[in-house]
Amino acid sequence: MIEKKPIIFLLLATLTILVGTVITMVLPFRWINDPKLAIASVKPYTPLQLEGRDIYIREGCNNCHTQTVRPLLSDTERYGEYSKSGEFVYDQPFLWGSRRNGPDLARIGGKYPDAWHVKHMKDPRSMVPRSNMPSYDFLNRPLDTSLSEKKMKALKFPYTPADIQALQGKSEMDAIIAYMQKVGNDIPWRKTGKAEVLGELKNPFQGNMSVLPEGQKLYAEHCAQCHGIELKGEVGPDLRDLDQPDAKVFTSVYGGIAAGGMPSFGDTLGKERTWKVVTYLKSVHRK
Amino acid sequence: MNQQEGYADDIVKGFVIWSMVWGLVAVLVGVFISFQIAFPQLNFPPYLTYGRLRPIHTNAGIFGWGIGSFMAFFIYITQRLTRTSLWSPGLAKVQLWLFNVVIALAAVTLAMGMNRSKEYAELEWPVASLVVVLWVIFAVNIVMTIVKRREEQMYISLWYILATLVGVAVLYLVNNAAIPVSLTKSYSAYAGANDANVQWWYGHNAVAMVLTTPPLAIFYYFLPKATGVPIYSHRMGVVAFWSLIFMYLWTGAHHLLWTPVPDWVQTLAMGFSVMLIAPSWAAVFNGYFSMNGQWHQMRENYLVKFLIFGITFYGMQTLQGPSQAVRTFSAFIHYTDWVPGHVHMGTLGWVSLVLFAAIYYTVPRLYHTEVYSVPLANVHFWLVLTGQLIFSITMWIAGVQQAAMLNATNPDGSLHYSFIETMVELYPYWHMRALGGVIYLAGLLVFLYNIYQTIAGGKAQAAAQRA
Repeated sequence: MIEKKPIIFLLLATLTILVGTVITMVLPFRWINDPKLAIASVKPYTPLQLEGRDIYIREGCNNCHTQTVRPLLSDTERYGEYSKSGEFVYDQPFLWGSRRNGPDLARIGGKYPDAWHVKHMKDPRSMVPRSNMPSYDFLNRPLDTSLSEKKMKALKFPYTPADIQALQGKSEMDAIIAYMQKVGNDIPWRKTGKAEVLGELKNPFQGNMSVLPEGQKLYAEHCAQCHGIELKGEVGPDLRDLDQPDAKVFTSVYGGIAAGGMPSFGDTLGKERTWKVVTYLKSVHRK
Repeated sequence: MNQQEGYADDIVKGFVIWSMVWGLVAVLVGVFISFQIAFPQLNFPPYLTYGRLRPIHTNAGIFGWGIGSFMAFFIYITQRLTRTSLWSPGLAKVQLWLFNVVIALAAVTLAMGMNRSKEYAELEWPVASLVVVLWVIFAVNIVMTIVKRREEQMYISLWYILATLVGVAVLYLVNNAAIPVSLTKSYSAYAGANDANVQWWYGHNAVAMVLTTPPLAIFYYFLPKATGVPIYSHRMGVVAFWSLIFMYLWTGAHHLLWTPVPDWVQTLAMGFSVMLIAPSWAAVFNGYFSMNGQWHQMRENYLVKFLIFGITFYGMQTLQGPSQAVRTFSAFIHYTDWVPGHVHMGTLGWVSLVLFAAIYYTVPRLYHTEVYSVPLANVHFWLVLTGQLIFSITMWIAGVQQAAMLNATNPDGSLHYSFIETMVELYPYWHMRALGGVIYLAGLLVFLYNIYQTIAGGKAQAAAQRA
């Protein structure tokens, strides 16, 4: 009886746990990261981006932020195109996380301009009221570049001496923002996945003063961080005396302006609330 | 009596005491980070932010309190079930030292931001290497003791102990494979979806081989000891053992449902997770049926109360877990507070209740005395039970509410709430959770005081006898 033979027992127990291990953990190496599934536009990290990623790991950002968009409406509408395995081939380690105390960051790259990130890192609640993210103002310190070259070599990422040279004078803040602007941005999903607005763009609230308080409230929540509470502009431009037709303003808010760094708010606000913001914006003038 | 039989029990005392120290650290840090989530001003960068403290909480809990006490009871149980003294008490002493050095190093390096980011495998490679040495020392000592045993038959607890020794070794070595850059920095040897799949094969089987098989070994040993009647069915225990260790290893990818890991791996994980209900509940039934004719002991014997509530939470955990592993339900509650609620029912409810019982049973015997206060043990029981239930139930409700809000849509198909609008609704729940944590901490302090007084009383009696 095997209950009397500890060494044989130990071997049998090992074999038992190895069956599931081999099938579900070892075998998938055959399929995952197969070169045939590679996405040509996905590039390795630059020295600055890699340093930024290491800061992300050091600070344990993955304890509150995930980096996988699931193919589910509530994820794709909120964050963007769902994640593909080919996007992660240079991620050692992966940073998918397991809990969203904060939002998913898989598509954070290109969503906000650098200046937004600087302000947000310094004082998260100034940009997102009632956020519970810690302040990371201390990242405004010089980046330690002593291991940068060794890191690139360890991961076999291509680099030039000029890339390493360019790290001089960079701060940790520069690095982590460089990293975040790359995350999820190697596939051209923002252009292809952009929300198509069908039908005639006509403001249902035109001249309707009753929606102004709600529009103002939405503006304060979603727009004031960059354009200022009095619309005088800061990260983004001055919005007083907006000399554009309603439909044009709607498109900018709903779909964003990629070239100018303006994020799209269609996912967050939906059409109706976007129109309310537009109505409010058009109502504000220089005194 | 124990010393006369030559059992190495001083080392058991050492592991019990140090595991309690690390358990206190784990709960203190846990309570603190629960306040940080509710009150972000309590983050003090760079060392005391949530991002750096959470791994300290999990590592102190799983490895300091969990593994520390498992080492104590594996040494205690193995000697008694084999009627043999420990193979090498000297090696065990080295093991205790190394254990404390590793946990202390883990806490310091994690606070400094040296971390591999992989959950429950955060320690950088020099510290992880020390863990490997520690485990080899431990495993050799236990296996050699079993090999030279004087009791031919191996009781079921020894099976779970052997499975733990080999399981943890395989998991830890594979998931910690790294490319070192310096003494304080390394990169995972695997990339992207491969790394994720390896990590959750490890992560979920840490639940199997650290938070399931060791407490089961302890439960199967101490329930009959506490009640005075044997376990209901050895045969059911045997069937459950082999099916449990077979099926668990297939289920890691249920942490990765809807991610870019291949669908067939996810589907296998889902199927095996549901099948795991059977062996898990075999252990629960074994516990319950052992109580036939003994249920009055729930009233009279505080040890039984801890053990039976423990196995009940195990039963609930192993129903809730498989349900979360189903794709549709996972789509809803994954990434929300539901999951921390689930995890803490397992750690605070199942694992810790069983460990409390084992400590209450062994410490008075190791010090040749009685427990200091049974009423205090009862206060301890109700406090930790209340604290844990507040924690878990609050988090389940919070998780369902946030999930519902995240999925709400407008008539035009757009989402009704932005992420932050769903998050701010969680603050009241986070306050409740912090309160639950404080109540749990109070219970833990009562427990530590009770054990401290028990040990002090035992030492005083021994000194009086010598005089």
